[in-house]
Amino acid sequence: MTATIWWTIAGCTLVTALIKAIGPVALGGRDLPPRLIGVITLMAPALLAALVVTSTFAVGDQWHVGANTVGVAVGGVILVRRGPLVVAVLAAVTVTALLRLVT
Amino acid sequence: MPVPDESDAGRAVSLRAGFRASVPYAAVGFLLSMSFGILARDSGFPAVAAIVMSAIVFAGSAQFAAVAIVASGGTAAAAVAAAALMNSRFLPMGIALGPSLPGRAPWRAAQGQTVVDASWAMANRGDGTFDRWFLFGSTAPQYVTWVAGTTFGALGGGLFDDASSLGLDAIYPTFFLALVIAEVKDRTTLAVAVAGGLLALSLVEVAPAGLPVLASSLVALWGLRRRRQGSP
Repeated sequence: MTATIWWTIAGCTLVTALIKAIGPVALGGRDLPPRLIGVITLMAPALLAALVVTSTFAVGDQWHVGANTVGVAVGGVILVRRGPLVVAVLAAVTVTALLRLVT
Repeated sequence: MPVPDESDAGRAVSLRAGFRASVPYAAVGFLLSMSFGILARDSGFPAVAAIVMSAIVFAGSAQFAAVAIVASGGTAAAAVAAAALMNSRFLPMGIALGPSLPGRAPWRAAQGQTVVDASWAMANRGDGTFDRWFLFGSTAPQYVTWVAGTTFGALGGGLFDDASSLGLDAIYPTFFLALVIAEVKDRTTLAVAVAGGLLALSLVEVAPAGLPVLASSLVALWGLRRRRQGSP
């Protein structure tokens, strides 16, 4: 298993560096058409929302609602009401842990 | 494309602003990487492997995915493929960032390595350009706490018997929820966020992990059309 672990680390390092390099190498310093700029500015909300949803309502490749879903929801309410990120995260963790304690 | 404010003073201001803006994310990143260190150790990774992985891969979701696959008996190839899919979102992010990076190709590739989700989102000026010094300034503390948190989790993880009961899995989504809320500025960005989330969720059970998130970037095309038709 030790060999697997180190090969995994080497492979992950390589693919991560490659993926991060492709855009900058291909498009560095270029002028982009306005349409593409419009798409770029809208990618952030789409990508980030997808990260939130897939890590809140799913575990692996299964939909899943659990204590963590409730915790994240509580954190979300704090964030929408302009509470600090650290407070929101601590609340989310605490609520999740407490729910797991009682269920 | 003009690169605004590349004077030494402008760089320093951007670096510092990025550093300050990233402090909460760096703090949360510490907790997140601590949970990674614990998970890696519980999955049979030597502490040094977990720490090295955080130091040279430095991509949270990919690290979690790869460790989970190795822990379940998967091959290195399967783990790397899953990590690549989790990181596939850095492809559109890098394409968006590319035009804002000056210099020769290898130097641009090196600068592109500083992209992490929070830094990329915050360095986005909202007009299609990025403040690269803000990006560098906000990634630096996140890198430090990412490696420090992993070290703490991997070496001191024995303090926590059952990591899942601690609710650490609520950290990551809350972290990204804060970034989404910062991105939602009008009805189109809200619609794109909701549609991106729903598209990803609808693909979770049918596509391999990571692909649903990559697919959500396509929603930006729909959002642009909506905006061009006059919606705010």
